[in-house]
Amino acid sequence: MMDSSKASNAGIARSVPPASVGEVRDSVLEVDDFRLAFQVRGRDRNAIRGVSFSVGRNDSYGLVGESGCGKSTVALAIVKYLPRNAHIQSGAIRVNGADVFQMGNAELRRLRATTVSMVYQNPGAALNPAIRVGDQVAETFRVSGSHRAEALARARAMLVKVQISDPDGVMRRYPHQLSGGMQQRVVIAMALAHNPALLILDEPTTGLDATVEAEVLDLIVALRKEFGISILLISHNLGLVARMCRRIGVLYAGRLVEEGSSDAVLSDPRHPYTVGLLRAVPRWGTSKSHGLLDTIPGLPPAIGANIPGCVFADRCGLVQDICQQQEPQLFELDGGRTSRCFFHEKAHLLPTVEAGPKIASRAMAVGAPLVRVEHLSKTFRQDGHPVKGVVDVSLSIRPGEALGLVGESGSGKTTLARVLLGLTPPDAGATIDIEGKALRPQISDRPDDQIRALQMVFQNPGGSLNRRHSVRRIIGRALTRLIGLAGRAREQRILELAQSVRLDRALLDLWPVQLSGGLKQRVAIARAFAGEPRLVIADEPTSALDVSVQAAILNLLVKLQADKGVTYLFISHDLGVVRYLSDRIAVLYLGRLMEVGDAETVFQGPHHPYTEALLSAAPILKGETRERIRLHGEIPNASAPPSGCVFHTRCPRFIGDICVKEEPPLAEQEPGHFIRCHHPIEELRRMQRPAPAPATVPGEPSR
Amino acid sequence: MATAIDELVALPARQVARRERLRLLWHSPTFLLGLVVVAFWVLCALVGRLLVPHDPYLPDLLSRLKPPSAAHWFGTDDIGRDVFSRVIVGARGILTVAPLATLLGTVAGTSIGLVAGYFRGIVDEVLMRVVDAFLAVPVVITGMLGLVALGPSTATLILVIGFVFTPLIARTVRAAVLAEREMEYVQAGRLRKENALYMMFVEILPNVLGPVLVEFTVRLGYAIFATATLSFLGFGIQPPAADWGLNLHDQYIYLTGGLWWPVLFPALAIATLVVGVNLLADGLAQVYER
Repeated sequence: MMDSSKASNAGIARSVPPASVGEVRDSVLEVDDFRLAFQVRGRDRNAIRGVSFSVGRNDSYGLVGESGCGKSTVALAIVKYLPRNAHIQSGAIRVNGADVFQMGNAELRRLRATTVSMVYQNPGAALNPAIRVGDQVAETFRVSGSHRAEALARARAMLVKVQISDPDGVMRRYPHQLSGGMQQRVVIAMALAHNPALLILDEPTTGLDATVEAEVLDLIVALRKEFGISILLISHNLGLVARMCRRIGVLYAGRLVEEGSSDAVLSDPRHPYTVGLLRAVPRWGTSKSHGLLDTIPGLPPAIGANIPGCVFADRCGLVQDICQQQEPQLFELDGGRTSRCFFHEKAHLLPTVEAGPKIASRAMAVGAPLVRVEHLSKTFRQDGHPVKGVVDVSLSIRPGEALGLVGESGSGKTTLARVLLGLTPPDAGATIDIEGKALRPQISDRPDDQIRALQMVFQNPGGSLNRRHSVRRIIGRALTRLIGLAGRAREQRILELAQSVRLDRALLDLWPVQLSGGLKQRVAIARAFAGEPRLVIADEPTSALDVSVQAAILNLLVKLQADKGVTYLFISHDLGVVRYLSDRIAVLYLGRLMEVGDAETVFQGPHHPYTEALLSAAPILKGETRERIRLHGEIPNASAPPSGCVFHTRCPRFIGDICVKEEPPLAEQEPGHFIRCHHPIEELRRMQRPAPAPATVPGEPSR
Repeated sequence: MATAIDELVALPARQVARRERLRLLWHSPTFLLGLVVVAFWVLCALVGRLLVPHDPYLPDLLSRLKPPSAAHWFGTDDIGRDVFSRVIVGARGILTVAPLATLLGTVAGTSIGLVAGYFRGIVDEVLMRVVDAFLAVPVVITGMLGLVALGPSTATLILVIGFVFTPLIARTVRAAVLAEREMEYVQAGRLRKENALYMMFVEILPNVLGPVLVEFTVRLGYAIFATATLSFLGFGIQPPAADWGLNLHDQYIYLTGGLWWPVLFPALAIATLVVGVNLLADGLAQVYER
């Protein structure tokens, strides 16, 4: 954990290994063989199939798992905030030794008000939009009997504690006037108002940018030290949990399959599911040239499924007969760890699923670019004021490459994509070429071959497929429109496309609601590839998916590129994912290109200070040590961008007057590596130590 | 490659939304009660002539304004016709006009709503200001003006009521389309350069059918009421039909003499039909707008 005093000191601090793993002190929270079912139409459907763990005083515990594994249900059960059809089958949950399930209404209310606080994923929904922030925070003090003036004063003090720089201004504002990061700080302030014994954080930073996320996480660490509260952190993100928590538990299909100190679990997992999960995440610095990502085959069991044996047996590469027949007990391992696997000693031998050949990049470094963008700007009008979404971007995309586009939300990534697609016309003066021919600004003016040439894969596969059309119709319509196929030829092509995205033909007659998120995204990819596109723009194609599904989709994109030689413009906030898929990377800030270069070069550095900060903010798995840099404050408003270098207000490598007064050019500092900074590259190189070599993947079978 | 299964397993088909909706409707007492009431009146409209004990149109000047008795369950009216028979047969007129008028209004309103919501901008502005203007005038006044201009007949009645309901339905559909338009599948359609008609009627319309269906049933209740009102005012269904509103018009003068039966029973018939349709609408709304 990071020492907060050090952090505020220079803005830069080394990450320090966690405090010594002491004996578990008296526990604040004990969950003891908890089992819960939901009653649906008179039948019990098992959701939580046996979860036991405890959180010590002033301790931090992380609960990790994919969607549907029961993480949030466990969290809500702790304050007995369960839907009416929930049926607690067995077990107990004790907070400070008192059994929550035995409490009366008055006791429960007191528990929720003072002992246990919760912070949810969406801070916007946790705050009342019609009440000023100050009154809202003060209300938590008023319910405990403070007078108005006193409550307001305490609210202000609380906002100072969560490091809100202008507490008086913020108190007067309404929640929608605050950014997501600020809203989450306010929610945390309210959660800490009564100095709770236990703070439950359910995906607290999932909707936030990496830079803001890093700040909020630092704040939580600092507050935990200051207030001496215990933390239960729930997340799908292994890296985040590992960084924040001393101990972690891995939840799968409502059962805790592995538990231990976060270092031990991450570096030496003892359950095949954990092993598979870790391998599915693109490791820091790995790219597609290192080979395909490993995936976990199959789907988690449905809620209510009757599982006599191990919950993971159906998807496990090490499965034996005994796993199907008998539920494995909790094996106690060295170092206070447990695993629910008969073969925990050889969990790391889990065979890899995607043992494909290494994928060579088909990007052509020389020759004409596929797409050439010059002096592209896009100005929106907001309440009569011009707002620059994209400012003078010049960029070329080479045939066969994958260009990664990164930046915080509001940096203009999606606007740039929409302009290329013709969904939004750029400002006058821009030129966009595809294969040497000018691309018309409006999609309605573009000829058919240009329509075919550019297609898109959207972020949310649920929204991008018409829920009233069957899969066959969705893919078939694209074929009809884009290449005019009909009848048997079209049917033939539908089958080929389904084959190429590994979609079983039996699924063609289903409707989107019947498919999982990963399958829907495969349909969307098949549709995008229907017209043999030249450039596919993928806007956060995996951010709505679970880790193991994300790996399968990334593999599919890599394979499709190798097979068809298509070019990608890949937009993502997840730098590990961008690094994995991209040959080159472009970094946007406030609509301006800050850095462009080969993925390898941009990641290795020297890089632009903004890129440096983005990289530093990304949650990483333990064992990878890097310097931490924090960006303070929010991304400035695009309607009033800072003078000179637009990044100077947040820059960790700020020089002085020159940055305020003069905008640096996007200069080619090395061959093919462009940086927009006043620092010469040698200076940046000196300040930025090189990142370490890619870490080895844990549990990789030794061959 | 031994990997082909991946996550290629469909979720259980029972999660399909449509089947779930039917199940919910079947378990909704509101919907079922409404269904029974409406089904009863539809049956009367279809085969009422065969069920009634007396000829509903035959005057009997010897038994005028007789109170309810074993021979005449609901009594007789001012020219001796059997009120019970007339109430049963009277369902036909109103159950022809109201659903057809609502259907007309729904089709027209849905089209306008789709166009306004899909194109937005100036098209939306113009259409919605016209809609607002019509909504500002009371339904019955617009209806009466229309009927006077076109001359009363069943066809004009359907046309006029349908026209009067069009703006309301257009507004509801527009709101649904505006939300639907933000979905990414609409953008995907634009990337294929689909034309506007295809986008509106093939891509978006199926997704707003839920609210359209709910709006149809809600409007049907109002249409029944509007038909009865216009008939009562003499602008609707014309004599000698056994229509309920028309009966009220013919008989209400006798109320002051304490002769309540020729008025009460047609009025109750209107009330039960309206309530029945509204129960149906509530049941549908609960299922579709969860």
